[in-house]
Amino acid sequence: MTSDNIKNSKNKKTTKWISNITLLRESQIMKIHYITGVAALFVVAIHILMRLIMPFNMSLEFENVILNYKNVFYALLLESILVLIAIHGFNGLRVILLEIRQTQIWERGVNILVIIAMIGIIAYGTRTIIIANGLSLG
Amino acid sequence: MNIFRKDKRKEIKNELPLEVSNNTSTSNKGSVKLRVFRVNAVQNPNDIPHFDEFQVPVKRWTTVLDALLDAKSYQDSSIGIRYSCRMASCGSCGMKINGIPRLACYTKISDLDTNTITCEPLPNFPYIRDLVTDFSQFFNHHRSVMPFMQNKKADIPNTNELTEYKQSPQDLDKFLQFSYCIKCGLCYSACPTVATDVKFPGPQALSQAYRYFADSRDSDKSNRLKIIDTNHGIWRCHFAGSCSNVCPKGVDPALGIQLLRSHLLGISKSEKKIAQLQDRSTNTYREEDGEEQIEKEDLKE
Ligand code: SF4
Ligand code: FES
Repeated sequence: MTSDNIKNSKNKKTTKWISNITLLRESQIMKIHYITGVAALFVVAIHILMRLIMPFNMSLEFENVILNYKNVFYALLLESILVLIAIHGFNGLRVILLEIRQTQIWERGVNILVIIAMIGIIAYGTRTIIIANGLSLG
Repeated sequence: MNIFRKDKRKEIKNELPLEVSNNTSTSNKGSVKLRVFRVNAVQNPNDIPHFDEFQVPVKRWTTVLDALLDAKSYQDSSIGIRYSCRMASCGSCGMKINGIPRLACYTKISDLDTNTITCEPLPNFPYIRDLVTDFSQFFNHHRSVMPFMQNKKADIPNTNELTEYKQSPQDLDKFLQFSYCIKCGLCYSACPTVATDVKFPGPQALSQAYRYFADSRDSDKSNRLKIIDTNHGIWRCHFAGSCSNVCPKGVDPALGIQLLRSHLLGISKSEKKIAQLQDRSTNTYREEDGEEQIEKEDLKE
């Protein structure tokens, strides 16, 4: 085996590992994209309507915002907004970036980065919701 | 009698040379200024593109191709043009005429309403020379969707037993309009996704994928869907609709793309809508054929 062949086989292994990351077919990804988009519309609408249960400026006061997080159902609503928008938004970004360049390295890089960024944002947002939910006001 | 005279006058008027408004110094009555894009990318890859201008005589029926051929015959024989049928059938004379991709043989100068005609090569295609572009990538995409019938049940080696594939008029309606494609590449050149994504098959290939997918005689449907269901496949269409706007044959590739997408999303049987549309447009079509309608079961037998 020449050094070139070794390099190639190593590359192939990495390529296979990377391509396994995107297990879904594009139509399945786009189905998720459309469903999360429509679902996000509903949950964001509920989220905005919740501002109307008291005068708008009051609803944005620190204590009231933290109280929202203390309500488990509201915290779940916020979590679902976070997950839905992160999935929809990052896939949208992936679609835009894929159109810019068509090299394999770019495509795989975009796929991996988008998945990492999506998981990172969801984890960070979930952490915020959990902390706010457990925050004592007293 | 009076009516007849009126019509005759109209006819004569139509045969008169085109009256062209005189708003440029070079234009004459009955002639237009032809601005032709010139480049020779084959001989000299660093050749700087420029426009050459020709004053050509025109009649009411003169097409852009006629004008170009006139300039080529009497003024500059080196103008590079590709053409063949001169009747919008071969798809070889596509070019950008006054900013819009069109067939030169199918575009009358009198319809353009201007006395300066600018001819450029089709966008989204590499130049070869002047108005001639390289269609290799376009045909590769076309090939990639397997534009041919595939039927595993077809007993092709057994020529004695070979019978024709029957198809009902309703099944034919499902893809007929897509089979009118002449591969002129106008839709491909108008597509904003093709402009940025070279791996995107383009409206022509995708509409042909639908044409064979919707054909009742084809049996390789799932594979056809797999080919276009990729990173750079059908989902990269933004539905700008410019492909359907420029198609000279009324193929409506954007419709084919949306129908294929609906199949991929699992909203099937959408192609029936085309059959219904056809039904309405021809109005009496079904009634006339009503008695002769071939039952699907009979066809299968
Ligand atoms: S779909 Fe229309 S514009 Fe596109 S290649 Fe076919 S005939 Fe030309
Ligand atoms: S010359 Fe054949 S389509 Fe124009």
